Amino acid sequence: MTVKKFNLPDVGEGLTEAEVVAWKVKPGDVVAINDVLCEIETAKSLVELPSPFAGTVTELLVEEGITVEVGTAIIAVSEGQDDGAAQVTPVAPEAPAVEMPLYGKLPADDDGDDNRPAGGPLVGSGPKADAVKRRARKRPAGSVVEAATIAENAEGTVQDHQAVLEAKAAETPAAHRTTAAHAGVAPVTQTPPSQVPVAQPQPVTAEAPLAAASRGAAISGTISGLVNKVLAKPPVRKFARDLGIDLADVVATGQRGEVTREDLVSYQAQRDAELDQADSFWGASKKPQDQRVERMPVKGVRKATAKAMVDSAFSAPHVSIFVDVDASRTMEFVKRLKVSRDFEGIKVSPLLILAKAVIWAAARNPSVNASWVDNADGKGGAEILVKHYMNLGIAAATPRGLMVPNIKDAQDLSLKELALALNELATKARAGKTQPAEMQGGSLTVTNIGALGIDTGTPIINPGEVAIIAFGTIKQKPWVLDGEVIPRWITTLGGSFDHRVVDGDLSARFMADVASILEEPALLLD
Amino acid sequence: MGSTQLPPGTEETLAATTAAAAAPGEPVEMVQLLGPDGTLGSDPVFSDYAKRIDPEKLRVFYTDMARIRRFDQEATALQRQGELALWVPLTGQEAAQIGSAHASQSQDYIFPTYREHGVALVRNVDLAELLKQFRGVSNGGWDPRENNFHLYTLVLAAQTLHAVGYAMGIQRDQKLAAATDSTEPKAAVIAYFGDGASSEGDVHESMVFAASYNAPVVFFCQNNHWAISVPTEVQTKVPLANRAKGYGFPGIRVDGNDAIAVHAVTEWALEHAREGRGPVLIEAYTYRVGAHTTADDPTKYRESAEEAAWREKDPLDRLEKYLRTEGLADEAFFDQVKADGDELAKYVRSTTHGLEVPDIRAAFASVYAEQHPLIAEELAWFEEYSAGFESDQEAAN
Repeated sequence: MTVKKFNLPDVGEGLTEAEVVAWKVKPGDVVAINDVLCEIETAKSLVELPSPFAGTVTELLVEEGITVEVGTAIIAVSEGQDDGAAQVTPVAPEAPAVEMPLYGKLPADDDGDDNRPAGGPLVGSGPKADAVKRRARKRPAGSVVEAATIAENAEGTVQDHQAVLEAKAAETPAAHRTTAAHAGVAPVTQTPPSQVPVAQPQPVTAEAPLAAASRGAAISGTISGLVNKVLAKPPVRKFARDLGIDLADVVATGQRGEVTREDLVSYQAQRDAELDQADSFWGASKKPQDQRVERMPVKGVRKATAKAMVDSAFSAPHVSIFVDVDASRTMEFVKRLKVSRDFEGIKVSPLLILAKAVIWAAARNPSVNASWVDNADGKGGAEILVKHYMNLGIAAATPRGLMVPNIKDAQDLSLKELALALNELATKARAGKTQPAEMQGGSLTVTNIGALGIDTGTPIINPGEVAIIAFGTIKQKPWVLDGEVIPRWITTLGGSFDHRVVDGDLSARFMADVASILEEPALLLD
Repeated sequence: MGSTQLPPGTEETLAATTAAAAAPGEPVEMVQLLGPDGTLGSDPVFSDYAKRIDPEKLRVFYTDMARIRRFDQEATALQRQGELALWVPLTGQEAAQIGSAHASQSQDYIFPTYREHGVALVRNVDLAELLKQFRGVSNGGWDPRENNFHLYTLVLAAQTLHAVGYAMGIQRDQKLAAATDSTEPKAAVIAYFGDGASSEGDVHESMVFAASYNAPVVFFCQNNHWAISVPTEVQTKVPLANRAKGYGFPGIRVDGNDAIAVHAVTEWALEHAREGRGPVLIEAYTYRVGAHTTADDPTKYRESAEEAAWREKDPLDRLEKYLRTEGLADEAFFDQVKADGDELAKYVRSTTHGLEVPDIRAAFASVYAEQHPLIAEELAWFEEYSAGFESDQEAAN
């Protein structure tokens, strides 16, 4: 006499669990094959389960109203009774309390000597219909025993039981091998114990969560192995590129291990701090004096800059003048340009308007766009060269030092072309790629000290030229308009002129013209 | 003027009977010989074909229908017991399948969908082998060349294209046979499909090609009224049989629960095809009494009253009534039929438990007709790979 257990099958395609709604048999009942045992409800429908065994019900393993996982044993039927008895007293007639709505009542089957293998259903009763199952690969002998101690879920325990029975019959240690193979396919998720109380007299072993956990770790390990690229969203990547930061150096705090913008910002802050080393700048007073002074040879751009400034400052008598300007309309104009379709993708700044203003004003005051040439005729006679073209220089701080590349024939450029030229010039200078030719032949220079937040200053003229404009920062200040103090966007223009060429009235007119454009850019339309 | 649309040679009477267009909502002509009450009616064309069915053949019809229904119940139970991953029940469609399959001859080639268990039975396919695919141990299950019964096609309607291609092959064989004065019997092809598949583009393409080439193919559509949860009214605004007119070949709606009419119409259609007069569309008007598959629950989308109405038209009941009232079968016959059914169920149950996963080497062996170095290399790799596992015990799990 053998007791057989019926494991909950997957009655749909890929169902993982079902609720036992009602039992149609009780312990002691004699059942024939295909007699209805119970009604179960799955995610798809209410279904009757016909008995796969003929025999006497010994135990109902799941109470009504309980949801159990596919593969859980739900009923035990003892076979091996006198076959005749089982056939003579079937309980079938009273069984169909619920009509088999689809196929009518399943006829009882007289098949008593069922010659199936004892291993239980082979199809549709796996622990997880969708789980990827892998058979265990061969491994060193020692590890098999270790793996064999890892049991997992309901199905595992039931199969253990059956495997033990088989093993006893066959007198071979097959049970361990079966279990070992199962250990490799432990499902990641487990049904909460509360859902299988009655169904599971066998305790779930403590190793189960461990097995699940180690599998989880293995998965994440695999993932990180597969993805050796640092995770980051495209804008963050661009931000990092702009800052010159290698994403791999940044500590990632994102939900999926990705580098966030905040991570970049904090990394940048830290890097700046290190670069500044402001705290350690001051040499300790105990140190020998020569160690407290850093010696830097003057060469390259530094040397050239120094020479140019000395030549300029001590050959050209500078005169500097300043004017405060209400640049509110320039700011509005810039704002409009930024949103206009024509300037889409082009960086527009107040510097563009100033550049245009300088070109416009220079045409009205030609002497500022000139050169003073000593000893032009070789007999000590000097000349003033007035240039009927504007090679507009823009002073730029670059990685290599101060550079003044110029935009050739800027007078011929439209506003848009000028904007593009300014962008290109700035990009090249910042990247340190300004070519010597681009710095030669300038006729007038603008220095945008406002970009550094400075109001104004006394710039030194670029050698070979006679005027330079310093463009101060633009910020809201109280401004008197029609007798009232109102906030306006104010900037200060500073200019230095070579007094050998440009007299005070001329420089003043030139500055006033530039200022008038900043105050009213519409005048450019003249 | 329906007849002018038909290929030359089609009988005038047939054209009048079958090809007349029915406007939507209009009652449709349906060939029926054996009514739900078990009385035999008549039809101007098909009564002659029905007369060819002798009492012994009728008893075979009934036996096969009862056997396949019993088999269907057993397979359903096996699925509910976890022994099959899925089952596709046929209950309600026995007459359409048994009647049409008996009209075929052994040289005819049959392309089923995946519900044609009745046709498989008639074509002598081992029903236990048929369950292999549903148990997940085989992608096919039987050798289609043995019984000229193709493997089940799970891709909806794809087999209609295969059928037309096969039929075009038969045409070429027949040309060759004619040139050599061969006495081989002429063959045709039957493509089984459903009302749901009729909406697939594949069916349209097959019918276009079949008409263009005058291929010897019978399109046998079992209109079981439900494409899973979609009713036929959604699939088509005209009777499916009427679609044949648009392709230029005859279309006939037959009562799919009337084995006698189904047999008669199919026999006519196969003769039509074998004689080189081109394709025919048969719409067997029937009903899927059960679920689409064991994973389906029809109570979610249709009324039980509809099912009850169709049970009144049950194909077995009406043939049983006829056999009894005509004195063609006695109680002993019906007892024997039931015993046979149970025997079949028992056989299927015991063999299903023993179905083994076939040796995958067999799959390598059937890639090419002859030895192939690449296949040999791949087999060698596979054998080395398989040897790396701990044991084969889990293979079936």
